[in-house]
Amino acid sequence: MAVTLNVNGSAHEIDADPATPLLYVLRNDLALNGAKFGCGLGQCGSCTVIIDGEAVFSCVTPILLLEGREIVTVEGLGTIEEPGPMQAAFIEAQAAQCGYCIPGMMMQAQALLQKNPAADEGQIRAALEPNLCRCGTHSRILKAVLRAGELMQSAGMQPNEGRAG
Amino acid sequence: MRPGRLLLGVAALVVIAGGVFLALAWRPGIDPVEATERAEFDPEVVGRGAQLAAVGNCIACHTVPGSKAFAGGLPVPTPFGTIYSTNITPDPATGIGRWSEAAFQRAMREGVDREGNHLYPAFPYDHFTLVSEEDNSALYAYLMTREPVEATAPANDLPFPLNIRLVLAGWKLLYFDEGAFQPRSDQSEAWNRGAYLAEGLGHCGACHTPRNALGAEDRDRHFEGGEAEGWQAYAIDEISPAPIPWDAESLAFYLRDGWHEHHGVSRGPMAEVTGNLGLLPDADIDAIATYVASLMGEPSAERRQQAETLLERVVAGPGAIVPAAADSMDAPQPASGDRGAAIYASACATCHESGRSLPYGGLNFALSTAVYAPNPQNIVNVTLFGLPAADGEASSIMPGFAGVLSDEDVAELLAYMRDQFSDRPAWEGVAELVRATRTGEHKVSIRPSDGIERAPHNVGAED
Repeated sequence: MAVTLNVNGSAHEIDADPATPLLYVLRNDLALNGAKFGCGLGQCGSCTVIIDGEAVFSCVTPILLLEGREIVTVEGLGTIEEPGPMQAAFIEAQAAQCGYCIPGMMMQAQALLQKNPAADEGQIRAALEPNLCRCGTHSRILKAVLRAGELMQSAGMQPNEGRAG
Repeated sequence: MRPGRLLLGVAALVVIAGGVFLALAWRPGIDPVEATERAEFDPEVVGRGAQLAAVGNCIACHTVPGSKAFAGGLPVPTPFGTIYSTNITPDPATGIGRWSEAAFQRAMREGVDREGNHLYPAFPYDHFTLVSEEDNSALYAYLMTREPVEATAPANDLPFPLNIRLVLAGWKLLYFDEGAFQPRSDQSEAWNRGAYLAEGLGHCGACHTPRNALGAEDRDRHFEGGEAEGWQAYAIDEISPAPIPWDAESLAFYLRDGWHEHHGVSRGPMAEVTGNLGLLPDADIDAIATYVASLMGEPSAERRQQAETLLERVVAGPGAIVPAAADSMDAPQPASGDRGAAIYASACATCHESGRSLPYGGLNFALSTAVYAPNPQNIVNVTLFGLPAADGEASSIMPGFAGVLSDEDVAELLAYMRDQFSDRPAWEGVAELVRATRTGEHKVSIRPSDGIERAPHNVGAED
């Protein structure tokens, strides 16, 4: 069965079993390798993407639910040349150690800041709770998300401006 | 007799009846005491009080999650309006610091505060009246040795005339029987101990017994299932919808550990209950389980046979090789075009048919009381909001699917699961129920299993 997926602003025809998890399609069909396979059970957060503004675990989300919906992955937040505010803040804070959890962290944080760019530390901690980091860079991740909020507010920037196709 | 005289007679009767009611309704105040006037509490008694407070689950209502223990202020939604729990710390001005033990004993036994005001039955004195004087004494010792917290609960939000506490005297006349627990001589000591704990301080019926239009428990339908904080409290008598019948052993395990391999995990308000009961000695938990199991009764031979067949089909026997997580992708192949089946295969089966036993894998839905229940509210709650994990301790966890599943999607998924995993008729109106739950029109409390002890303040039953 073919499903049309709108990912980072582009439409893609996908021919796959409708029960296929979105994560597999992103990584295997679209070569968008930002979202990671961690647990495959929706428990670690490394596969987090944004669907219609909500952070969602792509490993437990079948593509049949996604026709006509707007999917954004970490690749949609900016490019290497022009990183978006979330990416710029993570680079500035050097928030990655091994980096496996970071795309998921960024997408979870992005979903929060799109709703509330002035989110405080408590709200950020609560929102990032489903996302696990084994290296222990939590303090820097927190710092980065707070900084991303500042960047978004000070520039009056649309949170997902600078998105790559 | 002239009409005027008749009216006068009726008026006189009304006045007399009113006077009798007031005389019955009136309760005197009990003099305040200062902390310095109180004798020292025996640490052994305080310790017993801590366990009793765990049975009573006092902390669940009298604490705002993440705030100071027992300081009150939690909104308790009722069909009549919102009641805010009171501060039961020993703060003299805003808590119960000036209550003598006699005043505390009376509140538990009669539902009257120190000043003589009637209390709303959201405070389940219809159960607490059964608590022994000795146990109340220990509870008093425990509460009076907690940290005093200055905190005043918001005023209750109740319509006239329910905001007049005198009305409660009428309610009590109709529905409240004061009186100590009467053991039954034809039952074992453990059964009686369990009945005392479950019917008294444990107030199981406050959630598990349905209530009438005036908010009183319907005693003719004891333990036939009720509602709490937007969750269904299942029937825990012989009409329990559990596909595998409970027995004393499985109940005790569940109450102590918060999960059972053939029944799943406790969640919603029950997670707080099992979290607290873990502090009890095994003998008390076993006693509660003995009592509740006896009310559930022995399952019929037919029901037992069905359960055995089900378990054989679902549960890997001892020594069976548990498939690795990767094998879980061998999800059941959905019939083409069955949207509910396809959602199930991708979103649910990876955990719920992983072959890993509880508490590390999800419960196989063939064993799930939620799927067999007459009302789908609980499975709607969990599908939308998941089971948030506890902080820094082993706990159940499940992601919520509110972000991706539409109301119709959830309805189709649940219709598939009901049909696939239970022998019960289809649920009606699921999409509408999902909509009301998602929008908050139907209010549901969603808390992790350590909800009350939540960081950052980290207060709790051990606080």
